[in-house]
Amino acid sequence: MRHLLSTGDLDAKEAILVLDTAAELAALTDRSVKKLPTLRGRTVVNLFFEDSTRTRISFEIAAKRLSADVINFAAKGSSVSKGESLKDTALTLEAMGADAVVIRHPASGAPHRLAHAGWIQGSVVNAGDGTHEHPTQALLDAFTLRHRLRQGVGDLDGLRVTIVGDVLHSRVARSNVLLLSTLGADVTVVAPPTLLPTGVETWPCAVTYDIDEVLPTSDAIMMLRVQAERMQAAYFPSAREYSRRYGLDSERMSKLPQDAIVMHPGPMNRGMEISADVADHGRSVMVDQVANGVSVRMAVLYLMLGGSMEGAA
Amino acid sequence: MDAGHTAGSSRIVLDATDVSRAVTRIAHEIVERNKGIADVVLLGIPSRGLPLAQRIAAQLEKIDGGTVPCGSLDITMYRDDLRMRPARALESTAIPSRGVDGATVVLVDDVLYSGRTIRAALDAVSDFGRPRSIQLAVLVDRGHRELPIRPDYVGKNLPTSLDEKVAVRLTEIDGHDDVAILGGAE
Repeated sequence: MRHLLSTGDLDAKEAILVLDTAAELAALTDRSVKKLPTLRGRTVVNLFFEDSTRTRISFEIAAKRLSADVINFAAKGSSVSKGESLKDTALTLEAMGADAVVIRHPASGAPHRLAHAGWIQGSVVNAGDGTHEHPTQALLDAFTLRHRLRQGVGDLDGLRVTIVGDVLHSRVARSNVLLLSTLGADVTVVAPPTLLPTGVETWPCAVTYDIDEVLPTSDAIMMLRVQAERMQAAYFPSAREYSRRYGLDSERMSKLPQDAIVMHPGPMNRGMEISADVADHGRSVMVDQVANGVSVRMAVLYLMLGGSMEGAA
Repeated sequence: MDAGHTAGSSRIVLDATDVSRAVTRIAHEIVERNKGIADVVLLGIPSRGLPLAQRIAAQLEKIDGGTVPCGSLDITMYRDDLRMRPARALESTAIPSRGVDGATVVLVDDVLYSGRTIRAALDAVSDFGRPRSIQLAVLVDRGHRELPIRPDYVGKNLPTSLDEKVAVRLTEIDGHDDVAILGGAE
């Protein structure tokens, strides 16, 4: 793996290799020394042009557990706020010897530009770009699904996963639809018509406007955050109406199969897309998702930087 | 060593009976050296060190009664040649629940060659705790050490040339037991 820009670039074999590697690395948490020497002497730069707490910290912990040096570069308070371009920032990082750049950027495609413009030699990991993709989130979701519902082995063949909410602005939804369908899951996205992107009919998933019709046939349901910060227009009449028609409360949860799990990429708007009692329910796996995020990001960094660069595709 | 492509001749140097005798003898030597099996923990290095460790553990239990904790120790993340090849998939690591603190850890591998795997294993073990001592058991010692490492228990000393390969095959992985030398000048 040279870069990780989109889950669409991963075939099933590569995705399963990441999940298997993450499963082995997950055991590190139980050890007395939570550190492996594998990436000693490598430098990972967290280049965050957008606010993020959990993703940045998750990448930072993952890199540190592999003994890499981590540099956090936030756009706020840096030369970017003085008007420096992505190119000049990249050239600076290259001159400082970054082996990998983990980038989050409000513009869709910024990681692709960084990886392919010839500005830097190192690997690029997309940690969320605009409304495009967030591949490590999808990988940690796949890991969580496999761990909870498939005993942690193989692919997700035939698993019914429903993704509900603001699909239009969600990079998590796009990455998940691509990855989960590659792994054999049957994915359904549910959203009001105004929150579906154009071209959603070409995605490898089913689409519906009605959450209640798919609840009984969902092995897992993933609630997306309503992204108020990306909404310049009114996409639904009121928060109350959205919550009533698309929110997951305990009544809707009771319509799910007995062992179905509830997922959310965080941060949650309690009372909006998910009610507080559902969020705190034993079948809600948000805490697992966060823990698995570290293992999956370790796996990605290891597979990218652990071997020689030559011969990697 | 992988039982991969044979670039020429192949001769069997240990058959199934020899392998079984070697395992039994190693088990007896472990009991003798440590005056019993109290605090002995076996750690097999995947892939073929693991079934060997399990066989030695079964023998130890037969000889001395009681149970011998047996686990696996993947050393991939500790290798010194990671950067020479593309990143490889990890094998499983499962440390027995008693841990390794204060234990006599016996590392088990199929072939001892340069000693670099064992160097990595020593690093890996110390990340799990502080054993009282670490010993090394191998089915085959083929020589050509590149580090100051020597085995405590050897199934068979097998002088080889550098252009030969040693292929250990075990029932659990390969369907049958034997050890062969592949290639090299006849």
